[in-house]
Amino acid sequence: MNSILQVIPLNYYVALAAILFSIGVMGVMFRRNAIIVFMCIELMLNAVNMLLTAFSTYHGDASGQVMVFFIMAVAAAEVAVGLAILVMIYNNIRTVDINELNKLKW
Amino acid sequence: MKALIVIALLGVVAMMSEVFRFKKLLLPLVVVGLLAACGLAIGDWNTAIRYYSDMVYFDNYALAFTSLIIFITLLWLIISKEYFASDSSRAEHATLILFTLCGGVIMTAYSDLSMFFIGLEILSISLYVLASSNKHDLKSNEAGMKYFLMGSFATGFLLFGMALIYGAAASFNLVKIAEYIQTTSAHGQTPMFVYAGVLLMMVGLMFKVSAVPFHFWAPDVYEGAPTLITAFMATVVKTAAFAAFYRLFSTCFGDISGFWAQTLAIISAITMLAGNVLAVSQTSLKRLLAYSSIAHAGYMLMAIVAMNNISGGAIFLYATAYSLGSLGAFACLHAISKYGDESIENLRGFAADNKIWAAFLGLIVLSLAGIPPVAGFFAKYYIFYGVLQSNFAWLVLVAIVSSLIGVYYYFRIIIIMLQPRSETASVLPSLTGAHKALLLISALLALGIGIFPAFLQGLLS
Repeated sequence: MNSILQVIPLNYYVALAAILFSIGVMGVMFRRNAIIVFMCIELMLNAVNMLLTAFSTYHGDASGQVMVFFIMAVAAAEVAVGLAILVMIYNNIRTVDINELNKLKW
Repeated sequence: MKALIVIALLGVVAMMSEVFRFKKLLLPLVVVGLLAACGLAIGDWNTAIRYYSDMVYFDNYALAFTSLIIFITLLWLIISKEYFASDSSRAEHATLILFTLCGGVIMTAYSDLSMFFIGLEILSISLYVLASSNKHDLKSNEAGMKYFLMGSFATGFLLFGMALIYGAAASFNLVKIAEYIQTTSAHGQTPMFVYAGVLLMMVGLMFKVSAVPFHFWAPDVYEGAPTLITAFMATVVKTAAFAAFYRLFSTCFGDISGFWAQTLAIISAITMLAGNVLAVSQTSLKRLLAYSSIAHAGYMLMAIVAMNNISGGAIFLYATAYSLGSLGAFACLHAISKYGDESIENLRGFAADNKIWAAFLGLIVLSLAGIPPVAGFFAKYYIFYGVLQSNFAWLVLVAIVSSLIGVYYYFRIIIIMLQPRSETASVLPSLTGAHKALLLISALLALGIGIFPAFLQGLLS
C-alpha cells in the first residue's frame, strides 16, 4: 500500500492540503457571494479529506478513511441546510450577497 | 448510554407524530421521555462503561454533564410552550431540539475524535435550522446564515486539527492519543503535527464557545434568533461545548500544557474583559445577555487553563450556576419582550408591578454577577482557587477586575427594575404562570447551590 507514497512523499500531500485549506479560508473571508463562500467551505473540508486519506495510507490504518466518509456525509447534510437558509434569504431580499445581511450590528 | 438512546428514539418519535397524528400528545411525551433520560443518566452514576469499542465513554464527568443539559432542557421547556404552539411546525421544532440535545450528550461523552465531530455536527446542524426558524423575520434569517457560515468555518479548522493529530498518533481514540503524546513528550520529541493540530483544534473550539477574538458572530446570532432559541443556545449548547472542550484537553493534551496554557490564559483574559466592557454600553437586554455570556465563557476557559484535580468539578459548578442564571434572565426577557421590543428600559417599573418576582429576578442577576450568597459567587470562587493553584495569579487578578466591571451592568438591570415607570410608557405584559415558575425554580436552585456549593463541586473531584 505504501508504493504510492514512495512515488510522492507524504510531505507533498500535507503541503497540498495546507495550500487548499488556506485557499478555502481566504475565500470564506474575502468573497461576498454566499454560494462561493459555501464552495470555499467545501474546499476546506476536502483538503482535510485528502490529508486524512494520505495519513491513512501512510499508517496502514483504515480509520482515517472511515472518517472521510463521515466528513463527506456530514458536509452534505450541512450544505443542504445552508442552501435552504440561503433560499429563504433569497426569497426575502432577492440577493445572495452576504454584505446585504446587515440588520444586526453592535 | 441509555439516556442517549432514549433521547435519540424520542427524536424519531417526535418526527413520527406528524404522520400518525398525535401532535397534541407530543409535549407531554417529550417531558416524560426527558425525565426518564435524566433518571437513567443519574442511575448510571459510578459505572464508567466504554461502549462500542470505545467510541463513547460514560464516566462520571459525562454523566454529570449529560444530566445537567437534560435538566436545563426540561427547565427550558417550561417557558417554551409558545414555541411549540403553531400546529404546522410543532413536530419539527421538538425533533430539532431533541437532536440538538442528542448531539450535546455525545459531545459530553465522546472517547474518539470521530464521535466528537459527529456529536458536534448533530448539535450544530439542528441549531442552524432553529436559529433561522422565524422564516419571515429578516433578523432571524441573518442570524441563521451567520451561524451557519461561522459554524462550518470553525468545523473546518477543527477537522484540520484532528487530521494532523491523526497523522501523528495514527488513531482517533482519545486514550491512544494521550498515550502517544505522553511517550513522545517524555523524550522531548513531540512532532510539529501535534502542536499544529492542537492549535487548530483550539481555534475551532474557541469559535464554538465564542471566545474573543472569535466571538463576533455570537451577539448577532443571539440577537437575531428567536428569544427562546437564544436561551437554549446560551445555556444547553454552551455547556455542551465547554464539556467537550474540557474533556478533550484534560484527556489528551495535559502533557503538553506548557505549549497551550499560556495562550489560552491570555485569550481567557481578553474574553472576559471584552465581554464585560462591551456589555456595559448595550441598550438591548438581549444583546447585553449575549455579551455577558461571552464574558462567562472567559471565566469557564480559566478552568481549562488551570487543569488540575479541582477544575473538573469547578467547571461543572460554573456551568450549572451560569445556565440557571441565564435561563432565569432569558425567561424574564421573553416575558417582557412580547411586543418585539427588547430594550432594557422595558424593565422600568418591573419591581412595582411584580414585587416577589422582581426579588427572584434580582437574586438571579446577583448570581450572574457573582455576589456572595448565591451560586455564581461560589462557582467563581472554585474556578479562581484552581487557577491560583496552577500559578496563574495574574489571570485571577484580571478576572476579579472584569467581575467588578460585570457588577456595574448587572446592577444597572436591578436599578432600572426598581425605578418607577414614566407616565407615558406602555404597560408591560404581565408574567405568565410558566415564567413565574421558571423564575422561582432557578432562583431557589441558585440560592440552594449557594448554600451547599461543595456538593456539586465535589461530584467530579
